Amino acid sequence: MKKFLALLLALTMALALVACGGNSGNSGSTGNAGNNSASDNGGSTDNGGAANNGASTNNSGSTDNSGDTTATAGGTFKLGGIGPMTGENAQYGLAAMTGAQIAVDEINALGGDIQFEFQAEDDQAVADNAVNAYNTLKDNGMQILVGAVTTGSCIAVASEANTDRIFALTPSASSTDVTAGKDNMFQMCFTDPNQGIAGASYIQENFDGKKVAVIYKNDDAYSTGIYEAFKGEMGDAIVYEGTFTSDTQTDFSVQVTAAKDAGAEVVYLPMYYQPATVILTYAKSIGYAPTFIGVDGMDGILDQEGFDASLAEGVLVMSPFSASATDDLTVSFVTEYENRLGQLPNQFAADGYDCVYAIYNAIQAAGITSDMSNEEICDALIGVFTSGSFSYTGLTGSGMTWGTNGEVTKLPMAFIIQDGIYVKP
Amino acid sequence: MVFFSYLFSGISLGSIYAIIALGYTMVYGIAKMLNFAHGDVIMVGGYICYCSMTYLGLPAIVSILLSMVVCTVLGVVIEGLAYKPLRQAGSLAVLITAIGVSYFLQNAAQLIWGVTPKIFTPVVSFPMPEGLAAMGLSSVAVVTMVTCVVIMIVLTTFVNHTKLGKAMRACSEDKGAAQLMGINVNRTISLTFAIGSALAAIAGVLLCSYTPTLIPTTGSMPGIKAFTAAVFGGIGSIPGAFIGGLLLGIIEALAKAYVSTNLANAIVFAVLIVVLLVRPTGLLGKYVPEKV
Repeated sequence: MKKFLALLLALTMALALVACGGNSGNSGSTGNAGNNSASDNGGSTDNGGAANNGASTNNSGSTDNSGDTTATAGGTFKLGGIGPMTGENAQYGLAAMTGAQIAVDEINALGGDIQFEFQAEDDQAVADNAVNAYNTLKDNGMQILVGAVTTGSCIAVASEANTDRIFALTPSASSTDVTAGKDNMFQMCFTDPNQGIAGASYIQENFDGKKVAVIYKNDDAYSTGIYEAFKGEMGDAIVYEGTFTSDTQTDFSVQVTAAKDAGAEVVYLPMYYQPATVILTYAKSIGYAPTFIGVDGMDGILDQEGFDASLAEGVLVMSPFSASATDDLTVSFVTEYENRLGQLPNQFAADGYDCVYAIYNAIQAAGITSDMSNEEICDALIGVFTSGSFSYTGLTGSGMTWGTNGEVTKLPMAFIIQDGIYVKP
Repeated sequence: MVFFSYLFSGISLGSIYAIIALGYTMVYGIAKMLNFAHGDVIMVGGYICYCSMTYLGLPAIVSILLSMVVCTVLGVVIEGLAYKPLRQAGSLAVLITAIGVSYFLQNAAQLIWGVTPKIFTPVVSFPMPEGLAAMGLSSVAVVTMVTCVVIMIVLTTFVNHTKLGKAMRACSEDKGAAQLMGINVNRTISLTFAIGSALAAIAGVLLCSYTPTLIPTTGSMPGIKAFTAAVFGGIGSIPGAFIGGLLLGIIEALAKAYVSTNLANAIVFAVLIVVLLVRPTGLLGKYVPEKV
């Protein structure tokens, strides 16, 4: 008897909670709530709609979307974020999630019809953790995913999100494997091959006929992906190829000596900035001064505590974002980011920020309301992103468009590091 | 010409391995345990020196001494808290505890210092002759080699010619008998940890001077390599650790340069396997018959 009473009480509470949640949504949702509150746990109001998309709600007619719907977008959308916020790669996740949070706060402060609720989960850049984080977010009613930040995690999460039909836009997972075969997965950053090709054509234009060396991390999909496309473009101009792995990224004496011995005048470094720092240090110590060209992972090299900026003098970085740009958007973003974290934002932060705004614009374009099911939201957003007429201008580029394969099209920008800041060449 | 560049970078790297390996081998020789947290004590040493130089503005030599003191205390505390209670337990239990301590230190460092890399300014830098510098022989490398040789000589003398050294050797041979002879075994083992950790601090400072990025996992890979070096040279033998470290560094550098950067580590370990097949106790290890 006691048990039955407790059950009854719990049920009543669950119903009450669901009903409360329903008020902030809109029409039709109370009916849903009644249907599945028994099986669903009380807290997840927004899942109510998802579990129930068979039921004909007012919105079912607008699933075809294509930008020309007349419905006005609105409601509170639950955004989820996944990225490493502890562990070795924490700076990437923290940056991207902080960037996203800034965008969310700005949009909410506008007080418009569209409001966001953002929850970021830590995955330590480990694929298994990312799936757990994803499930946590899903349990909390996530409707749209901003993430995952790192490639390995994102590949794992993308297939889950594809099965669940949750729209996902990753700030920074750049491998083509992330989007391959998943129509709901989009990228804010360049794909690795595109970056390699862009790097190669930049070198062919500006350093024509020079000998090129490349050092890459061959146990890392990001580094190898860029390298392979780069090599495909450069061909015989490459005089030396050196590799390293996470186990050997503290000593580059051999690779740098060999590049020097091969007479390379340009050294292409498709890698993150920590190994690049070691390479620059060693090259300086043996008096080797070619033109080093870094990729977007090189961004952040100047923010390292105690880093001697003269090491990076003259290094070319091909990155879509620079914190030293002087346009209004960048300046206000940089100021806000510095207020929050006390350091300059890197490209990951800008990507996170752009993700939220791109989603915001797409929600407006599609006229999505927050009481639609995840599948409806997902299909509507895919429709907008791949429509060809949707373009977004933000911190990391102007006139960005997306193809059906989820890859973004934007122009890379080359910066030269001079006196510790990025300047346009 | 280029060959010498490769050789020098191998020797520089090898000297660092050697100093770390000396710490491993000391502790193994006396306490008969593998202290897998040794690599992380190195990392702590690097951070302490970094903080003292950057935040407190102390001169390099004072910073090194401070970092040695902190590491010594840390080593003794780790030994007292984590290993001493397990003195009678099986060696496997101690091994697992050591791995636990290693993770604890890494995560604690991450909490205290964060994950963004700190860039270490080399503690020594004096101009090298132009030709030598171009061949990759930096001032840090020279200092590392000299330090390594000095440490090895001092340690060998200490172990062979002092009373405490004698106590250490006695503990190493037979703990029970040593105790009956009036040697305080626990204190001797603590002393060993203190010396090993002080060496780790020096190794940390030199490692960070050589490869400037300092992160909480800085010590783990060099720690494993140095452990390999200690086994290579014959674990428990002080000159063995020195030779093992140097050889390991040179083999690694030459394999990277002339065979493949991909296969370098595989080659290093293949050489280790061959050596252990021919001499199961390592290059200079003593063969101790098992009494039944």
